[in-house]
Amino acid sequence: MTATPVSPSEPEIGRARRRKEDARLVTGRTRWTDNMSLPGMVHLAVLRSPVAHARISAIDTTEARRMPGVHEVVTGADLAERQGSMPCAWPVTPDMKTPYAPALAVEEVHFAGEAVAMVAARSAAEARDALDAIDVDYEDREVVLDVEAAARDDSPLVHEELGTNRSATWTFDSAEAGTGGDVERALRDAEVRLDRTFRQQRLIPAFMEPRSVLVDPTGEQYTVWSSTQVPHILRTMIAMTLGVGEHKVRVIAPDVGGGFGGKLQVTPEEMLTFLMAERLGRPVKWTESRSETMVSAHHGRDQVQRLSLAARADGTVTGLKVDLLADMGAYLRLVTPGIPILGALMFNAIYKFDSYRFTCTNVFTTKTPTDAYRGAGRPEATFAIERMMDELAAELDMDPLEVRRRNWINHDEFPFDTVAGLTYDSGDYEAATDRAVEMFGYQQLRDEQLRRRQRGDTVQLGIGVSTFTEMCGLAPSRVLGSLSYGAGGWEHSQVRVLPTGKVEVVTGTSPHGQGHVTAWSQLVADRLGVPFEDVEVLHGDTQSSPRGLDTYGSRSLAVGGVAAVRASDRVIDKARSIAAHLLECSEQDLDFSAGRFSVRGTDRGMALTEVALAAFTAHDLPEGVEPNLDAEVSHDPENFSFPHGTHLCAAEVDTETGRVRIRSYVCVDDVGTVVNPLVVEGQVHGGLAQGIAQALYEEAVHDEDGTLTTATLADYLVPSAVDLPEFHTDRTETDATSNPLGVKGVGEAGTIASTPAVVNAVVDAIRHYGVTDVRMPCSPQRVWRALSGARASSATAAESGGGLGSVDPDQPFPTGGDR
Amino acid sequence: MPRITVDVDGTTYTDDVSPRTLLVQYLREQLGKVGTVVGCDTSNCGACTVHLDGQSVKSCSVLAVQADGHEVTTVEALARDGRLHPVQRAFHDNHALQCGFCTPGMIMQALDLLAEDPEPDDERIREGLEGNLCRCTGYQNIVRAVRDVSRQMRPGAGPAMEHSGRTPAPRTSTEQADTRVTGGQS
Ligand code: FES
Ligand code: FES
Repeated sequence: MTATPVSPSEPEIGRARRRKEDARLVTGRTRWTDNMSLPGMVHLAVLRSPVAHARISAIDTTEARRMPGVHEVVTGADLAERQGSMPCAWPVTPDMKTPYAPALAVEEVHFAGEAVAMVAARSAAEARDALDAIDVDYEDREVVLDVEAAARDDSPLVHEELGTNRSATWTFDSAEAGTGGDVERALRDAEVRLDRTFRQQRLIPAFMEPRSVLVDPTGEQYTVWSSTQVPHILRTMIAMTLGVGEHKVRVIAPDVGGGFGGKLQVTPEEMLTFLMAERLGRPVKWTESRSETMVSAHHGRDQVQRLSLAARADGTVTGLKVDLLADMGAYLRLVTPGIPILGALMFNAIYKFDSYRFTCTNVFTTKTPTDAYRGAGRPEATFAIERMMDELAAELDMDPLEVRRRNWINHDEFPFDTVAGLTYDSGDYEAATDRAVEMFGYQQLRDEQLRRRQRGDTVQLGIGVSTFTEMCGLAPSRVLGSLSYGAGGWEHSQVRVLPTGKVEVVTGTSPHGQGHVTAWSQLVADRLGVPFEDVEVLHGDTQSSPRGLDTYGSRSLAVGGVAAVRASDRVIDKARSIAAHLLECSEQDLDFSAGRFSVRGTDRGMALTEVALAAFTAHDLPEGVEPNLDAEVSHDPENFSFPHGTHLCAAEVDTETGRVRIRSYVCVDDVGTVVNPLVVEGQVHGGLAQGIAQALYEEAVHDEDGTLTTATLADYLVPSAVDLPEFHTDRTETDATSNPLGVKGVGEAGTIASTPAVVNAVVDAIRHYGVTDVRMPCSPQRVWRALSGARASSATAAESGGGLGSVDPDQPFPTGGDR
Repeated sequence: MPRITVDVDGTTYTDDVSPRTLLVQYLREQLGKVGTVVGCDTSNCGACTVHLDGQSVKSCSVLAVQADGHEVTTVEALARDGRLHPVQRAFHDNHALQCGFCTPGMIMQALDLLAEDPEPDDERIREGLEGNLCRCTGYQNIVRAVRDVSRQMRPGAGPAMEHSGRTPAPRTSTEQADTRVTGGQS
């Protein structure tokens, strides 16, 4: 990091501002939901089903009610009329099958961890103790764990009343859509055809702050504090699900300790805490334990991906066919069914494929529901296509970078209409790749790899490539509409210049670690020409920030940040008419810069802060101008934004132990204009960590009864500092043309790109032994087995399964999660 | 219920606690020391790390009664007179936190690590922080922060580093100035 002092007049955009948020966080002056307590507050604990699929034949709560400190014990039967069904906002097809999803199970449980009863008591400990005294009789039903078996007609059913485990099938075909050719023909005519199946294992978002909800029913409005990414969506959904007036609900997301999509949810526990508060008429708080998070908060990924790729002998890809099975788990949560569909538009990645077909079948199993996890559909797509490109390179004995060059969109071909029907506005894949290759020392590493192969070293070296793009900045509302999403993708901001010249920015985005307060301060300070310190950013409370669609999908800056900038521009317009009036000139004669209006060709002028005071006193305003300098904008983006980048990974694989060590990781990302390089780099690092974790460490594993065996942080391997390498990052900058800032979004980039880079490196290290795939996570055991399988048969080895997590019926005992 | 007397962040408390109360519960629920947080129930995450007589411990793995007669230091005691402790400052300067949930534990563990080894190399830092999980940062900036502070803290700042909060290492104005990063390269 090169540090040089900056002058105060330097523009804020691009400046590595230290974060405003930090002062509280490093000193422990925090407001996590669980930190709060209110007078008269009681604590809620939730009893969860230990079994994956059963009828509830009886629940006896008599004993629990008698326990000390217990105020109330409630079962699903008590709430059957009141609780409604948990909302799903994304009916991907008109005939999608959606099961009844009570917050508290009424007659049947469909996954281990589902809520069956709840207790409110004086203390959290007393509430938990009372759970032990509740007696539930379960009549076991057949569990449904393997997604491929579940999709077959002869499978036992998760939801009897639906008559099938298949929720929906969603298809895109470039020939039908008129965006490209016929993929079947391409496959028939292919000079080279590759067919591969990849397994996207089930992951757990594992935000560090367990979820917590506090509901206070003692005011005119119900006030709900929740550790959520989506306070605005939650407010609307509470109203719609429980039939309470939306105007009677205020939702606050105070400090939120990470989300990664895991808190992009409207949860049963939020409804239950609300209902308990309603019942008791006093504040109720629920805070989960880590083990509860792991089984009951939604999981991510979990797909079986079948791909067929057609190419010419020179490496030009002519067609791609994708067939997915996506594991929904037991219920459709907020956006569950849409997650794999988000990937539909991304399998063609940065390439110019002639033809493309995508089919996805969403399938129920008796496991924790899946939903958004960092990247949401796009990492899955990127993984599959980037693995395929490496497979094609191997098949043709070409360099994997060369195969990509042959197929990618050149920088002079933008804007480019893709075979999936999107328009990529800008990009420069050549520049990012050239820079990455240079930083990585690509050729030297290839030479070393060759030497090690020739020597037959125990530790082999592999090089993995991943060139990616993603669609982010969710999203143009009309596109979401065309995908049947239940809401728009706009974002709202209000900018207010106070009488003393200080500025308040209200944003509908809801940060939980991303540094929006700092970045939005920079954006608005620049625009209005006021000091960075004079800007306050208000968010995460539906009372102070009444309109918004919250934070996910790398949307906050590209949509919400742009809204704040546009609102600032409206403030300037408003101020301009007042300034012109006071300076007795025409508006056209005023220049605005560095926070000051000046009359062109004179030395007369006035500062924005003076205009703010004049607006406030309102003694002398032009006709029809209201007495304030406030302005608001709801911004709906015209297009997605398309960050891209090139990631290169060198991995060493010990062929005797199967151990993988990342020796070097280089990434060059192009996220458009950078507002704060420090924050951008931090987002990339965190994203890389999670993508690498999918490749090497993490997997949610279920045993044959459907019990999650990785339900603690001892079993689910969130990497520690010793498990991750030092990352070497850089950027190229190609501005987005779809928004006035040129920004693209960076929250998910690292996660999306890194997983295939790492797995490609692992496979590349041992491909000469006959290994063509290692299933994720590439644990020592999996790598070792792939190697010994390949050595023994020299045919493709059947990879050891990750237990029933969940596609390998030949492998009944879980072996995943081993390190 | 057993009665305990504990010094927490310089204040002495005498309380009746139930024998099963964990130190972290006592801190958060009875004393309102909510700066220290709970991230797991298996002693894996380190979010709850505090110092007990100057040594780091996971306060979810210590009973409140075990702290009887001892001195507890939490993240809340590090800043003095409105000045951040050098480790806090380094976390801020190096963008070593995002959501900040792991940060109190990470800072307390970093102090412990530096007390043991005032000039750790990166590998040593990573090993020293192994028991503290962060889901946001990928650790790189945390490692940088610890490296950075180890250079700043005067040689021989010694054990019981929390005391350096009373006499924070002076920083020059250039060090405090905001800096610009050229490229994102490390
Ligand atoms: S709370 Fe996780 S280690 Fe103490
Ligand atoms: S900063 Fe969020 S967990 Fe570390």
